[in-house]
Amino acid sequence: MNGTTEMRYVNAVTKALADSMAEDASVIVMGEDVAHAGGSFKATRGLLEQFGEERVIDTPISESSITSAAVGAALTGLKPVVEIMFMDFITLSMDALVNQAAKARYMFGGQGSVPMVLRTPHGGGLSAGPQHSQCLEAWLAHVPGLKVVCPSNPQDAYSLLRAAIADPDPVMFIEHKAMYAQKGQVDTAQTVRIGEARIAREGRDVTLVTYGATVGICLKAAEELATEGVEAEVLDLRSIQPWDKAAVLESLSRTHRAVVVHEAVQAFGVGAEIVATIADEGFDELDAPVLRVAAPFMPAPFASSLEKGYVVTADRVKDAVRKTLA
Amino acid sequence: MSVDKKKAENSAAASFDVEALSALYRTMSLIRHVETALTRLFANGEVPGFIHLSIGQEGVAAGVASALLKQDSLATTHRGHGHVLARGMDVTGFMKEIMGREGGLCKGRGGSMHVADLSLGILGANGIVGAGIPIALGSAMAHKARKTGGVAVAFFGDGAMAEGVLHETLNMASLWKTPLLLVCENNGWSEFSPTSRQFAAKLEKLAEAFSVTYAQVDGNDVQAVAEATRIATDQLRAGKGPYVLECSTTRVRGHFEGDAQKYRDAGELESVHEHDPLTAARKLLQEAGVDTAAIDQAIHAEVEAATEAARADALPRPEDAIRDVYTQTGKQEARA
Ligand SMILES: Cc1ncc(C[n+]2csc(CCOP(=O)(O)OP(=O)(O)O)c2C)c(N)n1
Repeated sequence: MNGTTEMRYVNAVTKALADSMAEDASVIVMGEDVAHAGGSFKATRGLLEQFGEERVIDTPISESSITSAAVGAALTGLKPVVEIMFMDFITLSMDALVNQAAKARYMFGGQGSVPMVLRTPHGGGLSAGPQHSQCLEAWLAHVPGLKVVCPSNPQDAYSLLRAAIADPDPVMFIEHKAMYAQKGQVDTAQTVRIGEARIAREGRDVTLVTYGATVGICLKAAEELATEGVEAEVLDLRSIQPWDKAAVLESLSRTHRAVVVHEAVQAFGVGAEIVATIADEGFDELDAPVLRVAAPFMPAPFASSLEKGYVVTADRVKDAVRKTLA
Repeated sequence: MSVDKKKAENSAAASFDVEALSALYRTMSLIRHVETALTRLFANGEVPGFIHLSIGQEGVAAGVASALLKQDSLATTHRGHGHVLARGMDVTGFMKEIMGREGGLCKGRGGSMHVADLSLGILGANGIVGAGIPIALGSAMAHKARKTGGVAVAFFGDGAMAEGVLHETLNMASLWKTPLLLVCENNGWSEFSPTSRQFAAKLEKLAEAFSVTYAQVDGNDVQAVAEATRIATDQLRAGKGPYVLECSTTRVRGHFEGDAQKYRDAGELESVHEHDPLTAARKLLQEAGVDTAAIDQAIHAEVEAATEAARADALPRPEDAIRDVYTQTGKQEARA
């Protein structure tokens, strides 16, 4: 059944949860205000009515124990999907993620696995201030045992979340709070494999490697560059751990130039890993140094005038592209 | 101001000190006026981000702050406007911060959820539920170590009772007899969920389990809060160990501005104003012959002036935003 419908990013998340829950009775959803209130960003709206209080669970404000409880539930036959209201609050879940979820299978000698998903929104643009705007995905991608995905549109929000829930390992599913209202076509029959990138726009002159909300910014930059005769290819990683190295190198072998773009702080970030890999394995293909466009090394500030200078813009992407072509 | 100093002799209320109550009223009125102004500014799009108002909870802020001394410190929550204003934060600096202006107390980098003034011992509002509790513990440890004679106050909501840090802090504060006052503002709600679905224990029992003194007070009765806090801080200053003060109070507005509160039933929403701490104090003061309208008017003018000053202030410049990430950056700074 190829049901393609237009829906918002947030509703694509809800639909993926509902479809997974309908298919598999072991899938449960838990988090603060996810049941009766339908989630702070309304991503779990309607699930309580559909699946009941045993499977859609309002928790107290106890991130550490919620996340650890998900590990235990996952080791005991459930597939918990935890919502952490803002990515900033995973700081409180870190023992559960780093020392428990990520390690269990490995240190138990391959016995069992931890089929849990942690959904959480990252990102700025809403003047939410330094404790509600962070992009901490590099932390998670740095931990062997965790998988990290980051959808850039409603279709991927649906398909990647389905894949994350079906995955036997702990998957960090990172949404962007400024993208929840974004609309797009969603085909529920379309599947995506974790670790598989997507060419969001074809081009021959430079590859923009990106993920999440900056995919849209790169597409905008690419459209504008096209009027200058520069054809940028936009590669949406979709998955950060594991990431699609082959797709990046393949695109590079056609364009010979690359710019890595993400909203998170540049220093020690996801971009550093990609650039280092390109420098190592893609060195012969390079006609110019690989550049990064990302946040400066500072917390996300509150005031709109400051935040505007913090988040990545299409202009900054264009400048970087021009620099690699110069 | 000239008020009748002799104890009022009205029937219902207990005897009270008119001057003290006037001061408490003035603090509550300031908080109310600032936050009422913020409701409009937010609706007009003049406040970036989101704000959590404490309208209805002013009795706790004013009462607790009235018992604090200069050397004391406090850490507060996402709903901390009242606490910092009661502590004496400059209203103009506060407004500029909330409105994201250059002259804001935190240079426009923090906003409502992170406003601070270290010179007043205000260790910050906090965007992380419960996070202020152990920070206040450390501040109390510092008071003890440095023999400042000060106490540290941690304000927290009933929702924060579920976070492990409260339990951990109670343990350490008790073990070390730390001058820490834990003030729970129990408004019955955590975001969109009632406390009855959030917390299976009683704060009283929790305090008892850790051998911490506990008292409960009606947060809508500002004099009762002031008195209870004075008793608590006396014990703290005498080195007798931490103290938990639970204040029952009422959240009038939504969790944040713009929240329509569909999850609260009409009856509850209608009755929120019955508990207004300002109404109760105003009644007592008026019976004692105090012109509360004059107090309100003066405060209204002060808040209007602060708002205008904030509007007129420049926006912070992106090139300044990168400063202060570190105090010193060694070689990097030398190069810059
Ligand atoms: C660690 C953390 N988890 C969740 C949140 C989101 N959040 C902000 S306020 C709040 C409810 C707090 O309730 P309570 O402590 O009772 O304070 P109140 O809002 O009633 O003043 C929640 C869940 C947060 N800011 N920090």
